[in-house]
Amino acid sequence: MADIEWPWQYQFPPFFTIQPNIETRKKQIEAWCSLVLSYTRQQKTYSIDVRESQNSPLFNNKAINRKLSMDCILTVLEELRKTGHLEWTDNKTKKQCLVMWRTPEEWGKLIYSWICSRSMNNTVCTLFELTEGEESEGTEFHGLENWLLLRALKSLESQELAELMSFDGSDGVKFF
Amino acid sequence: MDRFEWGDDSFLPGEKQVLQQRGVALYDGHEKTSFQDGILVLSTHKLIWKDVTDRSRILVLHLSLVVFLEEQPSGFAKSAKIVVHLNAVPSQKKPGPVSHSANHFIRLSFRDAGEREFNQAFSEQLQKRLWEQSLPTATPGPQGGRHRAGIMGIERSLKQKQKDTDKDISKAFEDLSKLMEKAKEMVNLSKTIAAKIKDRQGEISEDETVKFKSYLLSMGIPDPVTRETHGTGDKYYSELAKQLSKVLEKQLQECGGIMTLTDVYCRVNRARGMELLSPEDMLHACELLESLRLPVRMKMFDSGVIVLQLQSHDEERVISDTTDLVKEKTSLTADELAQLQGVSVILAKERLLLTEKVGGVCRDETVEGLRFYSNLFLTRTD
Repeated sequence: MADIEWPWQYQFPPFFTIQPNIETRKKQIEAWCSLVLSYTRQQKTYSIDVRESQNSPLFNNKAINRKLSMDCILTVLEELRKTGHLEWTDNKTKKQCLVMWRTPEEWGKLIYSWICSRSMNNTVCTLFELTEGEESEGTEFHGLENWLLLRALKSLESQELAELMSFDGSDGVKFF
Repeated sequence: MDRFEWGDDSFLPGEKQVLQQRGVALYDGHEKTSFQDGILVLSTHKLIWKDVTDRSRILVLHLSLVVFLEEQPSGFAKSAKIVVHLNAVPSQKKPGPVSHSANHFIRLSFRDAGEREFNQAFSEQLQKRLWEQSLPTATPGPQGGRHRAGIMGIERSLKQKQKDTDKDISKAFEDLSKLMEKAKEMVNLSKTIAAKIKDRQGEISEDETVKFKSYLLSMGIPDPVTRETHGTGDKYYSELAKQLSKVLEKQLQECGGIMTLTDVYCRVNRARGMELLSPEDMLHACELLESLRLPVRMKMFDSGVIVLQLQSHDEERVISDTTDLVKEKTSLTADELAQLQGVSVILAKERLLLTEKVGGVCRDETVEGLRFYSNLFLTRTD
């Protein structure tokens, strides 16, 4: 975890109190959103358990003895949901959520440009090849979780840049 | 026998009947008198003998005239007697049956017995001397002090009481008005002392004297606006507002241009001495400050705290001052700011909240309290 780059706000005590001033709060929430996304990207996590997250370094800075309260965490997560980076897996209880530090559309674009760069258009590859294959090693989407990959590909499909297909239990995709 | 006076069987206020005995004859010394068969009544104040046959024949002997009693037991064909030794005849005495007698004692002859009980009760009353407690009203003048029972008597005693209370009250207020006069003198005294200290400034060592001086200087309103001098209603309030503004202007400058209404209330009333202001009157007068275009204005903060501030007191300057101060100290609580700027904690907090409202500072709320930091969210760009 030592490689995580904390923003300057993380060392700033008021960062952990929701600011009543609207303008200040806007900046504060923005900072929190980008911190959550960069943290999950660096940790390669795709889900957050709200209760556990309270004690994770993300919301709890032990060095300055400040932690974000439950309410504030929910405020931040809700803000992320609005920008499309987060989805509740349990919409009512709001205990578990999926974080997408890139939206499916962004992932789709990333994958498509990678395909183009390797001139793999009009070829079919399996999903496994895309995320776990040797060729994709070093790309950002290497190790991407399946559910997110599917969503990314579906967004490409809706733009008619790819087509999902399945044969014998294994899924594949064809890029155009 | 010459100590007896003609009288009636009515009682004085506070007087009570103790005992009564039939068949008693009176002796003047050793001699028989014409008062043979009567009812003897002992009260707390006097001895009354009432003739059985002629009811108008009533004799009264005041107990104050009795020196001591002596018992004479009954003998053969002789009834028991009580010898009553008497004082000299008082100078103011109402007419009695005998104008002069050589004897200084009378004898009560108990033909129907009962002498023992009577003697006992008689001695008891002589010891208690209850008549002395209301003697002044009992003895003077032929008619005076004779409070007859009934409505007249009650009315008279009520009137007397009223008179007494009137006297007490006027006496009490006499003292109060003296005190008021003194209060004015005290205010003047404080002013002269203040002036003296002002003249000698520099000669006397600073610190304590300076503090003392500032107390004195802030004291004393020579002719406070009162309802008596300025009537009631709008005129009173507007005059009061003018005076408040005049008195407070300098004091406000000294403490940073702003003061809570509670502080103002205390200071003004201390300065007014005896002519105290009610909180309502003061609030009312303060409400007029703005319409009268006076240099001091009232302001209510969002939190409900009401203050008086100088009109020249610039909010923007306060904000920029506070912002700079917080930036300089990295972080401040209301407490710390109050100490730094010499204002009350409430006002310091109001300043911080005001500055926060415009984004100059941001807050850090913990169990240890509320701290304000420079608003890096807005100022830092990286």
